[in-house]
Amino acid sequence: MKRLQARQLSYRIGDRVILDNVSLDIAAGDNIALLGANGAGKSTLMRLLLGLQTPHSGEVLIDGQPIRSMKRRAVARQVAYVPQSHVPSFPFSVAHIVGQGRLPTVGLGHAPSCDEITSVQQALTELGILHLSDRPYTELSGGERQRVLIARAMVQRANTIILDEPVTGLDYGHQLRLLALLKRLAAEGISILSSTHRPEHALASANRVLVLHEGRLIADGAPHDVVDSALMARLYQVAVEQIDTDGHRFFIPC
Amino acid sequence: MSPSKLYSPLLLSLLALIMTTVCALSLGRYQISIHEFSTFIATMVGLSDMPAQRYDLLHSLIIESRLPRVIAAVLVGAGLSVSGAAYQGVFRNPLVSPGLLGVLSGCAFGAALGIIGHLPPLAVALVACVTGLIAVAVGLGIAHMFESPSILLLVLGGIVANALFTSLLSIAQYMADPVDQLPSIVYWLLGSLSAVDVQALWIIGPTLAMAILLLCLTGRAIDALSLSDDEALSLGVPVEKIRGGLIVLTTLICALTVSLAGMVGWIGLLIPHLARLLVGPGNTRLLPLSACLGGIFLLAADGVARSVSAGEIPLGIITELFGAIAFVLVLHRVRKGWL
Repeated sequence: MKRLQARQLSYRIGDRVILDNVSLDIAAGDNIALLGANGAGKSTLMRLLLGLQTPHSGEVLIDGQPIRSMKRRAVARQVAYVPQSHVPSFPFSVAHIVGQGRLPTVGLGHAPSCDEITSVQQALTELGILHLSDRPYTELSGGERQRVLIARAMVQRANTIILDEPVTGLDYGHQLRLLALLKRLAAEGISILSSTHRPEHALASANRVLVLHEGRLIADGAPHDVVDSALMARLYQVAVEQIDTDGHRFFIPC
Repeated sequence: MSPSKLYSPLLLSLLALIMTTVCALSLGRYQISIHEFSTFIATMVGLSDMPAQRYDLLHSLIIESRLPRVIAAVLVGAGLSVSGAAYQGVFRNPLVSPGLLGVLSGCAFGAALGIIGHLPPLAVALVACVTGLIAVAVGLGIAHMFESPSILLLVLGGIVANALFTSLLSIAQYMADPVDQLPSIVYWLLGSLSAVDVQALWIIGPTLAMAILLLCLTGRAIDALSLSDDEALSLGVPVEKIRGGLIVLTTLICALTVSLAGMVGWIGLLIPHLARLLVGPGNTRLLPLSACLGGIFLLAADGVARSVSAGEIPLGIITELFGAIAFVLVLHRVRKGWL
């Protein structure tokens, strides 16, 4: 079933074309890696899919309904967003930040309920950060902050999660654990779309790759069908040697 | 955390506010003992008896003379504090104070116009309130000249409005009669509760109290706005509508406080930080606690203003002096997380 659809999306800033006629479908259980060089339009595409910006032409549909006709809370119940981690101005506790994931369901007028507290604890436990519950978010490392934001998206209970470069700034261990988590969420039926600058991550964990180049969607398919040395050269202007062994693919700079 | 732990700072501060109010009603040039005060209250509600002459004296002193001033102090202190806490959350900046968008300079200009025009105190208060609202409208109008105004544009609009109305105030001061009107304007700008007009309090007080209560209930919305706009929107929060509503409500509160007591500085910056030390940054508890602490602080400051010298010291001088010292003392604690 198609949960999220983009139909011929175009977006410009002045005369500069950021996205040009991009169409895609995201189905239940998709674990999609969005690849593209800096400035390819990845962030803009994600913002359009979240309804944070309005396209100059085309439309985004959630479960077949145009996003522009939906209320913000209705969109938030369907699609969650994990931004790149940043430090807020006030030292809110981790539990407080994660608890905000319940806002689309309970609204702004309600005090935290038992259900909210329970779902926060479940998400923190699942991500192995329950011990951070009362710590100020501002005092966490980048990897811990990223996991807190993912816990908030899980509490939001949306069936699609869009992540903006989730592994940026994480150490090797945290990167692998995060990719495994995304794989597991997709296996549970949640649709994942995450932008990345690491093609090897797309090969290792995604079941589908979208490639943006100069605002156009130039490839959409299984990772091993899409990500190869020719794509590396086209996207990043680098020559790499491609090695395929035991079903795995590696790239070595020439 | 258990509910008793969550809400005990609020209950304690409410208790402290009641006790400070009783002290403020009892203390002054004519001191009233706690025993006599409680007997007077009991007599008022029919539970006790006291000589009629004594009762009339205490009634005149407590109810007619001190009570309006005490109510005004609590409302102004609570209003400025809760506005400061809300602005800091809405603008994601712990150094923001309620005058950010130009409301205070607008009010000051309006009051100066009222004084030059020989208007009665109630009219001066109302003109000050209206020009405060106009100043913020000018700032917001400048920000909205651009598509989808960001926080930065709102702040820039506020800076322009502040500069515009400060210069208009200077023109008004330049044109004022230096013997009669200019000292009145300067005294008004220093802030004071000595001339709280009972009629103005009856008109402004209930609206101010309702607005403060309403703002105290918006904690979750301000928590959500403390995130980035994209995060708040992706959590289903209509950012622009809520930010706009909060700015209107906060501006109204500030304008009403200034129209009652003139310019009383530092409370809106200091008290939210003190409250954050006690209950953390969550606005659900921060806003009501800021309101209580603000009321206590201004009652205490007003007590100092009217009792340390033969003549009354303008309230703004006391709040700025003690506020600045207190802010330095708590700086090493409050900077945690934002410096």
